[in-house]
Amino acid sequence: MAEITGAEALIESLENENVEVIFGYPGGSVLPIYDELYDADIRHVLIATAYMDSVPLVAITGQVPRPLIGGDAFQEADITGITLPITKHNYLVKDVHDLPRIIKEAFYIASTGRPGPVLIDIPKDVTTDTLDFTYPQKINLRGYIPPKSADVKHLREAAQLILKSERPVIYAGGGIIISDAAGELLSLAETIMAPVTTTLMGKGAFPDNHPLSIGMPGMHGTKYANYAIQESDIVIAVGVRFDDRVTGKLESFAPNAKIIHIDIDPAEIRKNIRVDVSIVGDAKTALLRLIGLVKESQPRTDPWLDRINKWKQEFPLQYKKDGLKPQYVVESICELYPDAIITTEVGQNQMWAAQYFRCTRPRTFISSGGLGTMGYGFPAAIGAKVGVPDATVIDIAGDGSFQMNSQELATTVQNNVPVVVAILNNGYLGMVRQWQELFFEQRYSATIIEDSVDFVKLAEAYGALGLRVERPEDVKPTLKEAVGSCKPCIIDFIVERTENVSPMVPAGAAINEILDLE
Amino acid sequence: MKKHTLSVLVENKPGVLARISGLFSRRGFNIESLAVGVTEETSISRITIVVSGDDAVLEQVKKQLNKLIDVIHIAELSPYDSVSRELALIKVEVDTTTRSMVMQIVDVFRARIIDVATDSLIVEVTGSKGKIASIQRLLSQFGIKEMVRTGKVALHRMSKTAADTIPEKLQKPEEE
Repeated sequence: MAEITGAEALIESLENENVEVIFGYPGGSVLPIYDELYDADIRHVLIATAYMDSVPLVAITGQVPRPLIGGDAFQEADITGITLPITKHNYLVKDVHDLPRIIKEAFYIASTGRPGPVLIDIPKDVTTDTLDFTYPQKINLRGYIPPKSADVKHLREAAQLILKSERPVIYAGGGIIISDAAGELLSLAETIMAPVTTTLMGKGAFPDNHPLSIGMPGMHGTKYANYAIQESDIVIAVGVRFDDRVTGKLESFAPNAKIIHIDIDPAEIRKNIRVDVSIVGDAKTALLRLIGLVKESQPRTDPWLDRINKWKQEFPLQYKKDGLKPQYVVESICELYPDAIITTEVGQNQMWAAQYFRCTRPRTFISSGGLGTMGYGFPAAIGAKVGVPDATVIDIAGDGSFQMNSQELATTVQNNVPVVVAILNNGYLGMVRQWQELFFEQRYSATIIEDSVDFVKLAEAYGALGLRVERPEDVKPTLKEAVGSCKPCIIDFIVERTENVSPMVPAGAAINEILDLE
Repeated sequence: MKKHTLSVLVENKPGVLARISGLFSRRGFNIESLAVGVTEETSISRITIVVSGDDAVLEQVKKQLNKLIDVIHIAELSPYDSVSRELALIKVEVDTTTRSMVMQIVDVFRARIIDVATDSLIVEVTGSKGKIASIQRLLSQFGIKEMVRTGKVALHRMSKTAADTIPEKLQKPEEE
């Protein structure tokens, strides 16, 4: 067989992994790879966010030629060193013969167990070296054995606790979505008649319009989700990591409850919180088995559900409907496009999206959770639209966050990716402003960004559609115009400037100490 | 705070130590000492790490280490089922009158003199942390010019090999 170059081997290997789209950016050291690629799509990649939120991602970077490594060559960066703490694993390819094996391993590591990003750094001269190419069939990683089945003994203990419970709460996160376990979650909830709270990363894992749904927990969650957790006698936590934005003050979290924690990553068990029963394994398998163990039971949760429904009526999510309110924009998007894929930027826009967009399916709400990476939503929307071309994709954005990656407008126009960016424009870095208002005597240091840019003209400058809305009655017609245009589009919603995200648990407080904000 | 000795088998590859030390620093774990060397199986290195912390910290250290792809196996070694040693080289100031006194102390501790100069000796001593501290204290009266010591190394008492601790099917990389 004829020898091929490292760059050709890379492309062949990616084809072996069924890669359809590559997002990237060319430069000197990756020229041989781009020469092979010629007509791929382009996207900026956010790796640390992928690590925190367990996103399977393989990133390929170009390095200076091997003889120059360590000599501070032009554009040399120790990218494997830099990304050590924010990747699941990374590689520096030193020999072209290792390349097929490394790519095979990288895809395996990124997508199995608790998923995460894997980076492969390839020196330029490795991409031009040649090899006899065969793609390996087997993987041999003696230090990496992702957990498979859940422990039966612990599942029985969990089932016992559930059967005795009168006030259960299911606390479900991104792990449900990663493991495709939404069906099993629904089935468990309906079997034991337990209310379900979904985290930001778990939004879509359980239908927001289901009677057992109690919305999001934590800092900007619903009051009834927080009250339910605090009053519960058992918390069934699945695919979650007890983030501080969810738990508030750890010592007062679910004080009367036994905690069952199901997660594929053993390091998550007891990392932040005491656990009574831990089950390490895939959420889907674990839930299926758990359902089998509790399905004969007769739920005794009617009084509990009555209490929760009273809280729902007494403490609904609400806002004053005067002027153009950001919450109203989100509600309108939800009403017109309930099946859309929603991405969010970070900050107030993200919380309003989480509160007021009612998801019914997994993988339709894409947001940067653990790191709160500003600028995430727009490139994520482009990725979603390329991946699911038939879906309506809407980025719910803030005027601050959107500007972190607004240059990607060029990508949407050049590649004809018709996503809609709904900017909730309040002229502030709103979430920080909200904290300054509440905790720093309204000293708005460095958060006022009023009139920083004309988003309509910005869109037009790139060849996209730019629209502006200043009155509530124009919200829905303009959304229809934007989606109907089938062009990349920005809608600049000039919303009430000082609207706060409410309710709110102050940092460090117990989650039942949740306040309404004006 | 309680001290724990971990014996960690890792892939013998460049960069593995950086992965481990980086993990300790960013998660706020304390390393008391650390020693690395290749095992009888040349593709595997053994890292002996002494960490301090309560049981919850130890649990996290072990679990987080396990998540590293290049970490093959972790064992906690207790003083009862393992043997451990540290080594120190101590350069002691001597003159004609103190040389014999130093040599007496060296004898008592079953240490060795491995270099002799006109005005100094280098003493090699192995043993526990406590033993090394004792000889150091005794020698300090003569004046210690320089000193170097290793981290603790430790081995399980049972007659197994490094490769034995790895699940059988994963023992050796398959030949292509």
